[in-house]
Formats: sequence, structure tokens, C-alpha cells
Amino acid sequence: MAIPILNVVNFLILFPFIMAIIIGCLKKASVLRSAVIIIGGFTIMISAIYVAVSVLRSGDTSQFVFLQHTELPDKFVIAGEIFLMGLVCFLSIKYKKYYAIIFSLVGTIPVLWMDLTGRAVEGNMHLRIDTFAAVMYLIVGIVGILICIYASGYMKDYHHHHTDVQDRSNYFLALMFVFLGAMFGLISSDNLGWIYFFWEITSVCSFLMIGYTRTQEAVDNSFRALWMNLLGGCGFAAGLLYCSLNPELGFSNLSQVTQTGASELVIVPVTLFAFAALTKSAQFPFSRWLLGAMVAPTPSSALLHSATMVKIGVYMLIRVSPVMYGTLTGVMITVIGGFTFFAASLLAITVSDGKKVLAYSTISNLGLITACAGTGTTEGVWAAIMLVLFHAVSKSLLFQTVGDIENCMGSRDIEDMHGLIIKLPRLAFIMIIGICGMFMAPFGMLVSKWAALKSFVDSGSVWLVLFLVFGSGSTLFYWAKWLGKICAVIHQSFELDDITPRSEMISIFPLTTMIVVMCFAFPWMSGHMVQPILDEAFHTNIPDVIGTGDSIVMMIMVAMIFMIPIGSRFLSIGKNSKMTMSYVAGVNAGDDRHYIDSFGKERALYMSNWYMIDYFGEKKLLRPCIYVSTVLVAVMLIIVVGGAF
Amino acid sequence: MTLGMFIKALIYILLAPLIGGTLAGLDRIISARMQGRQGPPLFQPFYDVFKLLNKQTTVVNSIQVLFVTGYLIMTIFTGALFFAGGDMLLVFFALSMSEVVMVMAAFSTNGPYSIMGAQRELLQMMCYEPMTLLVAIGFYYANGSFMVDDLIQAKIPAIAQIPGFFIGFVFILIIKLRKSPFDLSTSHHMHQEMVKGLTTDLSGNNLAFVEIAEWYDLVLMMGIVGMFFITANPISRLWAILACAVVFFLETLIDNLFPRVKYITMLKVTWSVILIFAGTNLLILNVLK
Amino acid sequence: MKISKSPWVLHYDGSSCNGCDIEVLATMTPLYDVERFGIINTGNPKHADVLLLTGGVNAQTAPVIRQLYNMMPDPKVVVACGICACDGGIFKECYNILGGADKVVPVDVYVPGCAVRPEALIEGVVKAVGILEEKKKKLKESMKAGYCTVDYSKMAIHMTADDYDPSTQYDAVLTEEALRQQAEEKIKATNKPAPKPVAPAAPAANVAPKPAQVVAATADSEKGDKA
Repeated sequence: MAIPILNVVNFLILFPFIMAIIIGCLKKASVLRSAVIIIGGFTIMISAIYVAVSVLRSGDTSQFVFLQHTELPDKFVIAGEIFLMGLVCFLSIKYKKYYAIIFSLVGTIPVLWMDLTGRAVEGNMHLRIDTFAAVMYLIVGIVGILICIYASGYMKDYHHHHTDVQDRSNYFLALMFVFLGAMFGLISSDNLGWIYFFWEITSVCSFLMIGYTRTQEAVDNSFRALWMNLLGGCGFAAGLLYCSLNPELGFSNLSQVTQTGASELVIVPVTLFAFAALTKSAQFPFSRWLLGAMVAPTPSSALLHSATMVKIGVYMLIRVSPVMYGTLTGVMITVIGGFTFFAASLLAITVSDGKKVLAYSTISNLGLITACAGTGTTEGVWAAIMLVLFHAVSKSLLFQTVGDIENCMGSRDIEDMHGLIIKLPRLAFIMIIGICGMFMAPFGMLVSKWAALKSFVDSGSVWLVLFLVFGSGSTLFYWAKWLGKICAVIHQSFELDDITPRSEMISIFPLTTMIVVMCFAFPWMSGHMVQPILDEAFHTNIPDVIGTGDSIVMMIMVAMIFMIPIGSRFLSIGKNSKMTMSYVAGVNAGDDRHYIDSFGKERALYMSNWYMIDYFGEKKLLRPCIYVSTVLVAVMLIIVVGGAF
Repeated sequence: MTLGMFIKALIYILLAPLIGGTLAGLDRIISARMQGRQGPPLFQPFYDVFKLLNKQTTVVNSIQVLFVTGYLIMTIFTGALFFAGGDMLLVFFALSMSEVVMVMAAFSTNGPYSIMGAQRELLQMMCYEPMTLLVAIGFYYANGSFMVDDLIQAKIPAIAQIPGFFIGFVFILIIKLRKSPFDLSTSHHMHQEMVKGLTTDLSGNNLAFVEIAEWYDLVLMMGIVGMFFITANPISRLWAILACAVVFFLETLIDNLFPRVKYITMLKVTWSVILIFAGTNLLILNVLK
Repeated sequence: MKISKSPWVLHYDGSSCNGCDIEVLATMTPLYDVERFGIINTGNPKHADVLLLTGGVNAQTAPVIRQLYNMMPDPKVVVACGICACDGGIFKECYNILGGADKVVPVDVYVPGCAVRPEALIEGVVKAVGILEEKKKKLKESMKAGYCTVDYSKMAIHMTADDYDPSTQYDAVLTEEALRQQAEEKIKATNKPAPKPVAPAAPAANVAPKPAQVVAATADSEKGDKA
């Protein structure tokens, strides 16, 4: 029974890379490859759950590990960094995007210099496996692996439809596993140097995945993602350099950052790390890379948006959150996050492409998480972690469903999802649960928002309260109109062939179940997963954020949702409802979809959703948002970092 | 304690439709008098609902019934939660949930008037959602709790500290009570907008459920208006009732004074009013704290 | 409580000279104030109990009147207001006039006049409400017989001026069985199984969102299976 956790963690970090090599060798989409992915994937998932459960169950919430012999890993890290730099340089030259080289060099060379001259930020710990890491293991292990399994089936269909794209699905799937390996590495590491290495892996991996189709659009978008993330990497490297040049700071581990407490010196690297986190989490002004990431096949969007890439940024922010309490950095981070939440939710109203709406909603929600983490209060961090959990599950489910719908209908436009409940009932129901999970009351996201609101009020951040209340208005609008499109019942419409392969359902069903189960498990999660994290981060005991009374009410609400079908059955007993047509001023042609004009001709009738492009359109809103937030970021960097010198 | 909450909720569930229906009848009489007419009997809304319950129900699809029933149940639940002394924020979240269910009922019909009404209703929700959340926050600032039970034990009435919130809330009540100039999604019968907007394709039972749900909603809204005046002193309840009466009369007056506006005007005006009155009030409170 | 305490009215103008319509509206003015009796002008057949018809029926309005009548939930009554609605009036001999309202729907109360007096109109509605009460009793019996289970949504009744046949004028309201067969045949004839969409290579990434209004296209240009 007693497998040392450390061994399992090592396995978790290394095994995905081995998996990547194996999958890379299996060129053809075959049963063998799917089997390898499923078996390997579930092995990883089980190990991740094993680690997480044993950490959560052991009273010893934080385990720091000091490795005696780190020469080999260190050399490996150096070699890896050089390799990544070389790869970026090579591809930049190949596609004539030379600016990426600069960012890569600026970020990597100082770190290499530190490593090679022995000035490396070398701490007394290398790995940290605590409750927060355990929670992240669960997210990456379960959601990430489910996306990989989904991808194995999806890529086959994808190349079936997109014959113009060269089939390199083995490469794509291998990248996904590399990504997961880097994720596991990042969340287990405590050594800042190692974190930087894994950070760069994810940047480069996402770049390669976005550019998968090799079309001009894909290449442009992938390089945009690359330079933005490398810019963040530069910020991270600058933070490392600062730590290295100021030995009196005395920290080189992530865990030490929070232990030293806020001071003039500490806040500089924290600000730089926070800046790096903003780019990773696609906050304004760095959001455009995430929007561009849609050109890649759906699994990569799901992976980047839900479980991995963007979550790294907020992971870092939550880690350094206690230091930011009451500092200018904290205030700026919360303002940028709140602003992003509001602006992205307005922009989401104006787009009709399903994946784009999801992308904006991701940006918006991450803005909220960023804002929560920036407050540095216990309630804020509580809400942030809860949001991370619920967002990962709901968003990956939504992306996968949209991908399946696209495969079935040939379109992912929301307008084309009109009457989905008739056309593809199974996927429509899953989608409804996913969307409800994003904004309806008893589901997790909204409850977390509620806690966020409380934390903002407590910390006195008025602007944030205003951003949040106005943002939740527009969030409601864009989700509800999408939900409405799906729910429209069109008569005499036909069920389309649901060609979703079974391997995709292996991924979708557990996620759907998880959303529902997490509604019920909410208080338990709060007590057993989030509270210990708060205890670790703030080194104090924290009272319950959400009282038992409210939890009971929420349970009742969840129960009510399931009661409605029964209730409506009882209320309509003895009342035979007559079916009739919808009212179209007396000229309904009989099928609710046509009317008869004054010449006696049948004309089609179709109600489009509202997009209000004239008021919140991307053309009108996107640039000003980017300018405003650029100014905010610049102010933060200049005052905090510039003020230190 | 729990029993007390249960009884309060039960009293609300039993009495609210009576009060709400009577208020709706009063509204029609006052409106008629403002227009120089005699108006219907006071209990006319009850006659209407009774008739609707006795009529045949026609539906466009079977999901419609499900959503409308859901709307009724959730609206009742929301009100019960409020009057039982629950959490204000939770009340407003439950409220928006019930509204979304109603909008889905309209969406599911696929009729042009219903869907147009549904879109407009969503926009209206977008307009008033910030204010409802802010009201809860305002009470929290004023009296330090989200729980209705604690709020009614206040020493001084909340209105003394959050008058801006009160103005904002009365303003969005125009939308919430479906009064002109903001009755875009569906209106009271005498005003007719887009046939009947949101409820165009409902009839019989379903329409009756919607009417009843709106009565519950009306009482809930009046309860929130009263919250601004209630303190631990029993006499304050009289003030609260008086305030409700004044606000109710004011809404009817506004209804009869103003013509309907375009949706974008509504969005601009409501958000500005919320930002100016409630936002400024919030800033001042935060500075004073 | 009686159902007759809140008769909601739907007013439809068959093809009148608008004289009667003005009188119908006049009943809602402060002078007559029909809201005293709980009467409301709804404008929506699904909410209405009383169908007020003014003017004679012509070939174009006949199917509309039938559809409105069909959409009204039972019990329901029809009041023909003005002499034109009663039997065609001075337009009776016109080439396009089919006659009074009773040519297309069963009329319960005839209120003559040119134009109809508001007092007479109110009297007519009050009479109709009495009939409504009777019909309600009958409805209860017929509901037991399963009358209400007819699925109207399957009835694609599409009548234009061209295929209007006076000999089947009551079909829409009286012999539902025949109409249903007709409708089902029509459905079978028009609806082929939806063509399986061929996935286009270009994803809808840059599709401009549709205009936010009712999009009315001709039947030919309708997008596949969308509308």
C-alpha cells in the first residue's frame, strides 16, 4: 500500500513525457494508439488521484522535499532550456517572425547565466506537495487526461473533415502529454528555477499546438501566443534575476515568498511574477493570444482554456496572493482582473462563434479569479480556488461538446445551434448542464462568484464590486441567450446523426457527472480541500466562508432543480394540454417556421439572437480595452519595479 | 429558530398571492382613475386567474409547461427565502435563476413574439441585475450582514446610510414590475407590447402560473423596499408599510406618465442611474468606513 | 366565482371600413370603460375568450380568422360586430367578399349596426359571456371524452387565397380528422429527411453575426434545416 508519494510524483512528471514519445511513434490513428492513450491516461489519472487523496487525507498538509542529488535534474533543466530556445529561434527564422527570438533570448539567457555561474536561485527545497498542489493534481490529472482521451477520438474525425490539413495527429497528441507532464512538474516544484523551466515548456507547447494546421492564420496566431507568453517569461526571468542579485532577500523558493511577509523588496519579484501570470492567464492586454488559440483543433482549446495553460497564471497568483494583500501590486492586479472580467463579458455578447464566446468567457472568468487572488484576503483566495475548480470542469466540458457539435453539424456557430435540443438531444442536454454550470445559481461558478463578492466587499475594493455586479449582468445575458437558442423547440425538425465516437463520450460523461456531483459536494470541498490551502497560505485558522445555513439552502435549490419535472407533472394532472402553433399574427404557415405574406406566399421566419455589435462590438471595444489595461500594467510595473531601484 | 423560519416562509407562501393580487387590482384601479375611468373591481386579478385556471391550456411544446412551472416554484422559493430571513445575495441569485427559467419557456416556443420578448427580457435582466446585487451589498455596508434576520434588527433605518441604493432600486423596480417606460419584454394588458412578448405563447394554466408568480414577485419587491426602513423598533414597520405604499403609487404614476423607450435607452439610463446613485453612495460609504 | 367575470377580447378586422373598429376602441375610453366588467382587449388569441370580428370576410382574411379561432383555447365565443360582420353588409356583392363572419367560423352573437354602437357592442359581449359560461360546462364533459388531445401542431393548415374552397369552409373548425389527414399528407410530401450536412472545411471562425432583427428570407433561400 505504502508507495512513497515522492515516487508517484516523479512518475507523474516523467511518465507523460514517455507517453509522448510512445505516441509520437504511433503515426496512424489506430486502435492501438487509442488503447495506449486510454491505458496510459488512466494510469496517470489514478496516480494523480492517489497522490491527491493521500495528501488530502494525511494531516500533514504540506510536505517539502529536499532532493540530495539534483545535479542530474539541474543539468537536464539547463539542456531543456537551451533546447527550447533553439527551437523557438529555429521556428522564428523559418517563419520570418524574428521578434520572437528577442523575447526568447531575453528570457532564457539571464537564467542560463545564473545557472552556469553558480548564482542560480538555489533553495533548500525542490519539491512541494501540499494541499493546493493536490487540488491542482486533481484538476490536471482528471480534466487534462479526459481531454487527452477525448482528443484521441476527435483527431480522427477532425482529419476526416479537414482533409486539407496534413495528418500529424501523433505529434499533436504527444504535445498534449508533454503539456501535462510540464503541468505536473510546475505544480510540484518549489524551486523557482524549475518552475521557470516548466513555465517555458508550456509556452512553447501551446505555441506548437496552436500552429498545428500550419495555415497562415494559425502561424500568425501561434506566434502571437508565443511572444506574449515569452514576454511573460521575460518577466519571470527578471524576477529570478532580481532574487539572485539581492541575496539579502533570502528566498529562492516559491514557498518562502509567502513566509517572509510583505516588504519593499519582496514585492518586486512578486510583481514580476504577477506580470508573468497575467500573460499566461490571458488578462487584458494579453487576451488576444487566447482568442487566436481557437484556430487549433478543439482539444487544444479545451486543454489551454480549462485545465492547464491559463490555470498556471492564476496558480502563481494564488501562491503569492498573501504577499499582495494591501499593496499597490495587489490593487493593480485586482483592478486589471476586474476590468478584464467586465470587458470580456461585454465582448462575449457580440460574437456568435461558439468557441469564441467560450474564449471570451474564459478570459472573463480568469479575470475574476485574478481579481480574487489579487485581494489577498482569505475569502478572496477561497473564491479563487473554487472558481478554478468549477471553471476547469465546466469549460472543458463545453469545449468538448462544441467540438462534437461541430463534427456533427459542420458548424459551431451559435445561430446554427437553434433547436439543438431536437437535432442532437444528447449533446444538447450535456451542453445545457455545462452552460448552467457556468452561470446558474446552485451550480458552483455562481456560488464562487458570491463568495468573491463578499470578499471584495470585505476588502473594501469598491471598483471591483462595481465591475463584478455589472459584469455579472452581461455574463447572464450572453449565457442565457445561448441557452435559449439550444432550448428552442422546432417542430418537424429532424434528429441528426450523432456521430460522437465512444472515446469522446468516455470523456464527456464523467465531466457532466462531475459538474452535478460538485454541486452537492460543495460544502465538503470547501471544508476538506480549500480550507487546508487557506491554512497553509495564511498560517492561521480561518472560519467557514460560507455558513452552514446557506449551504443547506443551496442544497435545497439543487434538489429543486430536480424536483421541477416532478412538480410540473403534478400540476398538469387532469389538464390535457392542446398542442397548437405559435402565434405569428394569424399567418403562421403551420410549422412555426414560415409565415404567409400578403401575396399568399410562404416565407421563412427566423429569429436571430441579439449581438448589439453597434454598442459593444469587437471593433469598438477591443482596442480601447487593450489600451486601458496596457496603461494599468505599465503603471504597476513602473511604480513598483521602477520604484525599487 | 428553524421552526420560526419555516412558519414565516409558510405565511409568505399563503398570504403573498392574496396581497399581491390585491395590489395588482389596486394598481389597475389607480391607473384607471388617473386616466379618468372607473376601472375594474379590486379583485379583478383574482377573477382573471380563476378564469385562466378554468380554461383549456394550449401549448406549443411540452417543455414549455416544465419551464413555466419551474418559474413559479422558484419564484415562490425566492420569496420564502427572503421572508424566512435568509441571505440577501442568495435571494437575488435565486431570483435571477427563476427569471432565466421563464425566459427559457419563451425561447422554447420558437414563436417570433415570444423570442423577441425573451431577448428583451434578458436585456432587462442585464439592466437590473447590477442593482439587485448592489442592494444586498448596500445592506451589508449599512448593517454588516447579508442575513435578512439580522438586517431587521438594525438600530437605525438603512435608508439613512444608503439613500442612493434606494433611489437606484426604486428605479429598477420600474423594470421589475413591468411598468412603462421599461415594459419592453412584456407589458400589462392595457399597454400591449409585441402582442404580449414573453407570455405570447402561454395560455390557460401556464399564463395563470405566470400571473401568480408575478404576485409573489411583487410582494418580494415590496418587502425589499420595506427593508430600507425597518429597524428593531416595531413602529418602524409602519413606516416600512407607508414607504411601500408610496413607492407603489409612484411606480403606477410613472407607468401612466411615460411612453415606452427603446432598449438601448433603457440600458444606458438604468446603468447610468445605478452607477451615479448607488455607485456614488458606495464610494462615500467606503470612504467613511 | 364565475368565468364570466373576466372576458378577454381579441379584436380582428376582417375587411371593414374601420367604422366599427373605431367604435370597438371607443368602448375602452373613459366614457364607456369596459374594463369595469373586467373586459380587456388582448390582441393575442391564446389569451382571449371572445373573438370580436368586424367587417365582412374576404378570401385573404378567411384563413387568418380560422387560424386565430383555432389558436384560442376553449371555451371561446365569437361576436360579429356590425352588419358587415353579420352578413357582408353593403359589401356583400363585392367580388372578393365571401360574406359574414359565419362563413368561416361559427358565430355566437350577432351585433348589427353601421357602425355598431358601443352600447350595443357591450351588450353583445355581455350576451356572449353568458354563452361562454354554458360552453365551459360543455367543455368539461368533452374533456372527459378526450376532445382536447388533438395535436394541432401536426396540422399544417396552409390556406391561401388560391386554394380557398367555399365548400369546405367549416373544415378548419369542424372536421379536424379530415384536416389532420390532409396535413399529414402535406408533411409527408414536403419533408424529406434532412440532408446530412457535409462538413465544410472552413470553420465558422470569422462569420459575421447575423443582424439582430427578424430575418425574413424567401422560402427558397432558407438555410437548410435552420429555420
